[in-house]
Amino acid sequence: MSTSATQAPPSEDDPSSSQSPAREVKDLQDAVIRFAGNSQDGIQSIGAFLAKLAGRSSREVVTYMTIPSTISGGPSIFQVHLGSGEVLSAGDEADFLVALYQHSYDSHVASIKDGGTCIYDSDFVTPNLADKRIHHVGIPITNATIEALGGTSKDRGKNMFVLGLVTQLFDLNRDKLVPIIERQFGRKGGDTFKNVMLAFDTGFSYPIGGIFQENYLLHEGISDNTDRIATDGNTAMVYGLLAGGVRYGAAYPITPWSSIMETLRSELPKYGGLFVQAEDELAAVAMACGFAYSGHTAVTGSSGPGLSLKMEALSYAVMAELPLVVINVQRGGPSTGLPTSVEQSDLMQAIYGSHGDCPRIVLAPKNVEDCYYIAVEACRLARKYSCPVFILTDQALSSRIEAFREPKLDEHYIEPVLDLSPRPEDFKPYALGAPSKHAPPGSPMLSGKYPVVTGLEHDEWGHPSGNPKMHQNMTNRRRDKIKALMSEIPAPDYFGVENAEVLLVGWGSTYGPIRTAVQSGMESGRSIACIHLRHIHPLPNGLVELFARHKHIIVTEMNDEGLYGYGQLATLLRARYCDPRIQGLCKTDGLTFTIKEILAGIDRLTA
Amino acid sequence: MSVAAPTNAEPKKLTKKELSADHPTWCPGCGDFAVLAAFYKVLEKLQIPHEKIVTIAGIGCSSRFPYFVNSHGVHFIHGRALPFASGVSLSRPDLHVFAFGGDGDGYSIGGNHLDHAARKNINLTYVIMDNFVYGLTKKQTSPTSPVGFKSKTDPTGAIDRPINPMVKLTAGGATFVGRSHATQVNHMMEIFERAILHKGFSVVEVLSECSFFYPGVFDPGNPRRGGVFDVIDETQHDVTDQAAALKIAMEPFPGKFGLFYESDRPTKNDLEQKWIDSSREAAKNAGGKDLIAQRFAQLK
Repeated sequence: MSTSATQAPPSEDDPSSSQSPAREVKDLQDAVIRFAGNSQDGIQSIGAFLAKLAGRSSREVVTYMTIPSTISGGPSIFQVHLGSGEVLSAGDEADFLVALYQHSYDSHVASIKDGGTCIYDSDFVTPNLADKRIHHVGIPITNATIEALGGTSKDRGKNMFVLGLVTQLFDLNRDKLVPIIERQFGRKGGDTFKNVMLAFDTGFSYPIGGIFQENYLLHEGISDNTDRIATDGNTAMVYGLLAGGVRYGAAYPITPWSSIMETLRSELPKYGGLFVQAEDELAAVAMACGFAYSGHTAVTGSSGPGLSLKMEALSYAVMAELPLVVINVQRGGPSTGLPTSVEQSDLMQAIYGSHGDCPRIVLAPKNVEDCYYIAVEACRLARKYSCPVFILTDQALSSRIEAFREPKLDEHYIEPVLDLSPRPEDFKPYALGAPSKHAPPGSPMLSGKYPVVTGLEHDEWGHPSGNPKMHQNMTNRRRDKIKALMSEIPAPDYFGVENAEVLLVGWGSTYGPIRTAVQSGMESGRSIACIHLRHIHPLPNGLVELFARHKHIIVTEMNDEGLYGYGQLATLLRARYCDPRIQGLCKTDGLTFTIKEILAGIDRLTA
Repeated sequence: MSVAAPTNAEPKKLTKKELSADHPTWCPGCGDFAVLAAFYKVLEKLQIPHEKIVTIAGIGCSSRFPYFVNSHGVHFIHGRALPFASGVSLSRPDLHVFAFGGDGDGYSIGGNHLDHAARKNINLTYVIMDNFVYGLTKKQTSPTSPVGFKSKTDPTGAIDRPINPMVKLTAGGATFVGRSHATQVNHMMEIFERAILHKGFSVVEVLSECSFFYPGVFDPGNPRRGGVFDVIDETQHDVTDQAAALKIAMEPFPGKFGLFYESDRPTKNDLEQKWIDSSREAAKNAGGKDLIAQRFAQLK
C-alpha cells in the first residue's frame, strides 16, 4: 500500500464520514486485500465483484485465489490487489486481511504488512491483541448478517456483508457496484437479490466510525474506462479461441482445466459449433483429431495428468500434420500432485512429450489478457504450420481475475471457413519444402485418387512408405516447418536497465512478479532487466546476442531446479546456447513468486 | 461457418473400379477379403457420392481397410478409431462415416470407446472383423479368444473369459447390432446395407477367419465346412426388444447371425444439432464476432 496524501476531504456519499467527520481519510494508490474463510462462504465472489468494479473504474486489478481440492468446504482465500497505477501481481503481503474464522486468522495474520489491518469476525475469532505489529478491528460479521437476514441465514450472506463493509471502508462506488451484483443475482428471482442487497447494505452502513481510525480513499484512474473488461484467465482463453476460429473441441474434465471446457460447451452451440465431453482423455484428443481432419481448427485441453494420456494421439497429429490447439492448465505434479496449486513443471512434457521426433509449437501466456491473445495466436499458428500448438497456462492464471482493455475484434477475429473445393490433379498434402495441404473429407479429388491420412511414415502423397530416405526427408520436413516459425516470432519485450548486469528470463504467469521485482530492483538502484518468452518452442531468434550483453542470466520459473541446478526452461536455454551464465531461480511450493523471493534469489545467485 | 462448396461436374457412377485402391496386403485366405468385396458391392448399390465416403480405422490387420478403399480415409492410432470417427460424424453431417477394426482394436484397447459411442448413439457404421486372435503381431491372445486357446502369450492355453461382443454391444446401447460371417457374402451385403441405412450407431460384427493363426475357428458357422449358419428369423424375433436380443446374444458359439437389435433412439448428432439450432435462435443468429462483442460488453 502506498499512500500519497492524508486528510483528503471526505466524500459526500460516504455515510461513515458523516458519522464521524473528524476521521482521517487516507489516500491510497493501491491496496492488497486478502479475504480468508471457507470455500462455501463465497469469498471468491467478493473478489470477483471487486475485480469487476475495478475494471469499470479503470483501476488496475489483479486477483489471486486458492481453492481447496476437497469436494466441498475447506479453507479458501481470495486476494485482490487494487490500484490506480500499474498492477502486475497479486501482491506479496496484504494491507488488509478479512478473517472469518480462527483458522483464517491463524493462517494468514502473518501475511499482513507491518502497520496493516486485520478485520476479523468477532463472533468466531479470538485475535492476539498483543500483536502490535498490525491494527485489529473486530466486527460481529456473522451476527450482524443473521440479524439483517433473519435467523435462518446461518453462513449465507456474510460475503455480501463483507463486500458492503469494504465498499464503505474504501469509499468504492456503490452505484457502479449494484448493477454488477444485480446481474449476478437478479435473474435468480427477486428474493435472492433482495436478500443479497440487504446483507450488502447492512455491511455498507455498519457504523465503523468508532472502530477505524481512518477511512481509505482508493483513487480511480483518470483514463477512459469504457473499454475495459474484467475476467479470469480461463474465460479469456475461451474467447481467444472463439475469435481465433475454433468451433469444435473435445475434452475430459480435470481441475483447473474444466472451466474452459464448461464455457466452450455452453458457448459453442451459439456459434454453430460443438464441444464434446468425451469418455476419457484418449477419446477427447482422438475426437479433436477427428474435428481437425474434418477441416476445422480444433481444440482439446487438460491439465498435466490428462496431457500425459493424450500424448500418443498428439504424435499422430504431428505425423498427419493436423491443426490442433492443445491447452495445458498446469498444476502441481507429479501424479495427482497438487490439483489446485500453481506450477510450471510441464514445459518439457509440452515440448518433448510423446514418442518419436515430434516437433510442435509451444506458447505460454504471461497474464490474463495474454490468455486471450495467445489463444488467437495458437489458432493462427496451428493453421499456418498444420501441427499441434500447445498453450501452457497454469492454475494461477486460470482463476485469477484481471481487468484489461477490450480486444479489438476487427484486428484479429477470424471467421472459420471449411474449404471443400475440388483438389487439383497434382494434389500433394506433404510436398517436400512446401507448406502442408489438407483435403478434408467432402472435397472431390480431381485425380480420382483419395488420400488416406495415416500415422505411418508416408511419401509426399501421404502414401505409407518405409523408404529410409523418405523417413529422413519427412523428418526434415516436419522439423523445418517449425524452424521456419523462428524468424516470424517478434523479439521478446525488454524491460529494465539497458545492458543490465542481471537479466531475468521468465515465461508464463511469472510475468507480473518478475516485472514488479525488476521495477522494485531498479528503484533501489540495481542493474537489472527482464525478458518474458511467450513463444517457447521454437525460441525467437536473437537471444544469443541479447544474453551476451548481460553478466547473469537468471531463468525464473516455478519448477524444480533438477539434478543440475537449473529448471526446465533454463535447461533448454543452456542446451540451446551452451552458456554457463544461465542460472535457474526455481521453486515448487505451489504458490506464485513473491517479489521478495525473486530479489533474494538474485542476491543468492549473484553473490 | 461458411463452406466453400464443391463445384465439380456431374458425379461419376461409383463402381468397384473407382472404389478399389491398393491391393490388400492381407494373407491368402484371410476372411477380410470377403468383407471388403461385400463393402464395395453395397457402396456400388447405394451410390453414395464418392467424396462423401470416409473410412476410418485404428491399428490391426483389418484396420488396414482404409488403404484398400479409394475414399477419404484415416489410419489412426490403436483403439481410437471410434472417437476419431465420432469427431468426423459430429462435425460433418454431410458425410457417410465408416469405422473398421478388429477384436483387439475394438474390444480390448478401444473397449471403452465402444461403450460410449454406443451410449451416445453417434451416427456412423462400424464393422468389426473378429478373428479371435491378434494377427498383425503374430498370434497373441485376443479379448475374444476362447479359454484354452494356445497363443504366444498363453502357451498353456488362454485362461481369461472371452468377451461376448453381441452382449456388450446390445447392453451398451448400440442402436443397430448385427452379426455376420465372412464366408456368407450375400448375408454380409444385406446386413451392411441395413446398417448403412440405419440412422445412429450401427455395428456389424463379422466372424472373419485368420487363416494363419487361427484357421478353422469359424467352421461351426460355415455350412460348407459342416457348420450351421443360423440366421435370426425376424418374423419370430422382435428386433426392438433389447432383452430378447440379449437372450440370443447369450447363445453358445457359434450362435446366431443377422440383426439382433435395432432402435430408433435419437442420435447424439441430432440432439446436439437441436441444441445448436435453439442456441442459434436464442442468439438471434448473430455472427461470431458480434457474439464475442456482446460477451465483452457483459464483462465490462
